[in-house]
Amino acid sequence: MNHLSLVIKREYLTKIKNKSFIIMTILSPMIMIALIALVAYLTQLNNNKHRTISILDESGLVTNVFENTENTTYVYLSNIALETAKQTVESKEEYGLLHIANGKDIDAVSNQITFYSKDAPSITLIKSLESRLEREFKDEKLKEQGVDITKIKATEADVDISQESFLGERTSKIGNVMKLIFGGAAGYLLFMFIIIYGNMIMRSVIEEKTSRIIEIIISSVKPVQLMLGKIIGTSLAGITQFLIWMVIGGILLTVITVVFNIDMMQMQTPQQELMQQTMENLEMNDKIQVIFNEFRSLPIINLIIAFVLFFIGGYLLYSSLYAAIGAAVDNETDTQQFMMPILMPLILAVYVGVFTVIEDPHGTVSTVFSFIPLTSPVVMLMRIPFGVPLWQQGISIALLIGTFMLTVWFAAKIYRVGILMYGKKPSYKEIIKWLKY
Amino acid sequence: MNDLLVTDSVSKKFGEFTALNKASIAVPKGSIFGLLGPNGAGKTTLIRIINQITIPDSGSVYLDGEPLQAHHIQNIGYLPEERGLYKSMKVGEQALYLAQLKGMHKAEAKKRLKYWFDKLEIGDWWNKKIQELSKGMAQKIQFIVTVLHQPKLLIFDEPFSGFDPINANLIKDEILQLRAEGATVIFSTHRMESVEELCDHIALIHKSNKILDGKLADIKRQYRTNTYEVGLLADNTTEVQQQLQDKFEISAADFKSLDNDLKLNIKIQPNQSPNDLLSFLTSKAQVNHFNELVPTANDIFIQTIKNN
Repeated sequence: MNHLSLVIKREYLTKIKNKSFIIMTILSPMIMIALIALVAYLTQLNNNKHRTISILDESGLVTNVFENTENTTYVYLSNIALETAKQTVESKEEYGLLHIANGKDIDAVSNQITFYSKDAPSITLIKSLESRLEREFKDEKLKEQGVDITKIKATEADVDISQESFLGERTSKIGNVMKLIFGGAAGYLLFMFIIIYGNMIMRSVIEEKTSRIIEIIISSVKPVQLMLGKIIGTSLAGITQFLIWMVIGGILLTVITVVFNIDMMQMQTPQQELMQQTMENLEMNDKIQVIFNEFRSLPIINLIIAFVLFFIGGYLLYSSLYAAIGAAVDNETDTQQFMMPILMPLILAVYVGVFTVIEDPHGTVSTVFSFIPLTSPVVMLMRIPFGVPLWQQGISIALLIGTFMLTVWFAAKIYRVGILMYGKKPSYKEIIKWLKY
Repeated sequence: MNDLLVTDSVSKKFGEFTALNKASIAVPKGSIFGLLGPNGAGKTTLIRIINQITIPDSGSVYLDGEPLQAHHIQNIGYLPEERGLYKSMKVGEQALYLAQLKGMHKAEAKKRLKYWFDKLEIGDWWNKKIQELSKGMAQKIQFIVTVLHQPKLLIFDEPFSGFDPINANLIKDEILQLRAEGATVIFSTHRMESVEELCDHIALIHKSNKILDGKLADIKRQYRTNTYEVGLLADNTTEVQQQLQDKFEISAADFKSLDNDLKLNIKIQPNQSPNDLLSFLTSKAQVNHFNELVPTANDIFIQTIKNN
């Protein structure tokens, strides 16, 4: 067996046999699922709370405007004074009292509406009350102007712009949301992977230094081989852990959904909310059809290949930097000053991905950042579902691979000098010097 | 070719700092070669160059007549001064891993490990983790791993640090036996008594230059002062001392003796022989003690460093 595979095998086996690794692997998905289930449960609890709202309308403008819903009951009060109404509502422990005072015209009335409640009312409730009242007052005003409301209602049109690129690719709002989810998940996965397993590589390099075994090892193995072996072995352990997480997570999610009858889909994440809004107008059958079509229209093969390439490239790029940091220092507390320059571009990539790519996937900012090697893996993975020309992907990959090779060379230099340096925390200046040794 | 290892004016700089300046040494086959020098002299750099951990800026290294190549690591066993083992790995697994890195097959490595574990009476440690062992115990395992692949050249950097006297002796005997079986040993240490005991060749490195090398016995001859330590019993000591002073260079000596001797260090001139001194002494007094002052490795070390 050659040295590289021996090192990979050892790194992999010691990682997955490690007790804390095993505990983390089994416990993490359980904790995650438990948290998700808890949040889902709490959300449901909140949604299910029944509210009764009393309405004292002295203007007579909003009679029968509010209709009871599943969670909210509206009670109309009449012929009582405001103070009495307040007392009644409070004693009945109702959610609140909406008071609409009388005025000389609609404008006057609309400025004298008050909501009384024990605690500060929910903002969403106030907003919904406001928008319902605004619509009603608008209709009233139109009536005053002698406009026939039924005619206006008849002229309302429902517009849904369907989108199509010049090449004939159809898309829609739902499609865009799906692309965001795909790209976001890929980018975020890479980000997490780099942070978790990059650190693990760094720790394992430091461990060899502190246990003083390093000189024994590198009298048999070239430092570059040792470094690559560590990176690959740890990554394989990471992939194993991820797969186990997905399997356990999937099983747990299914079990909990069935046993506790909690509908995970009711959890409101921003994307789902967006998705629900865009789908509100569609019939159920149409929804499934649209999602299916959108899924098929995603550039699946391109997505998979790009994911693999950018994932490997980006991950290796960062993990070689982590390995170099591990080699340069003596213990974990000394790593802080070197971590910043690594974390900055990574976090920047995620921010650019989240804020810019959503806004404009092919804008200047997103395009530029999808070429810069330290940010390209995350940003490009987020852009690709929206369709990126192959030549752009090619250039980005080439830049990434070029930089990766440069980084490995650079990291290997630091590594081979750093692993034999004990006792002091090096400065950046010294590390640059090491490159010449 | 009688030299197993030859370094030919090997130099290494780290930035502005010269760690090694044109160091040439020749290690004869079957010898125990002491590589000596104060801290920071460049010993470890030279050893790392021999192990291909550090690449020299200039100069070349030959092992058994061939220029040093990657595959030669299988012929070298190296016990570094800064040494340790993976803390959370089991003793046996770890030893197997390190043996395989030296190019041994798993089955062969297992067989030889068992032999060595039994020999050093640590057979029941196989499944223990290093963190459960004491420092001395871990050192034994490091020693086994160093010699396991039967290398032609063994390099020990401070091999006895961390050992209790009993285990240090055990290891010393093993080193001697390995040499008897044909291995060549490079031995780097500050402990002059073990140099005295073990080495037949030495090289002294000081401030990145080699300043002395050769057979230990030759070097000692070179540094011989022709001084003899003498213990005399006489009735008239002052008179004897006076007579000696006329003929030889004398100074007071200090050693343990049973009687109330006159203790002197007497240096003879090149044209005089020890017999001249002895016959002169016997004619004047009773000689209780007569011993040539042979320079110790320690003396040579300190003297050479001071002179440079």
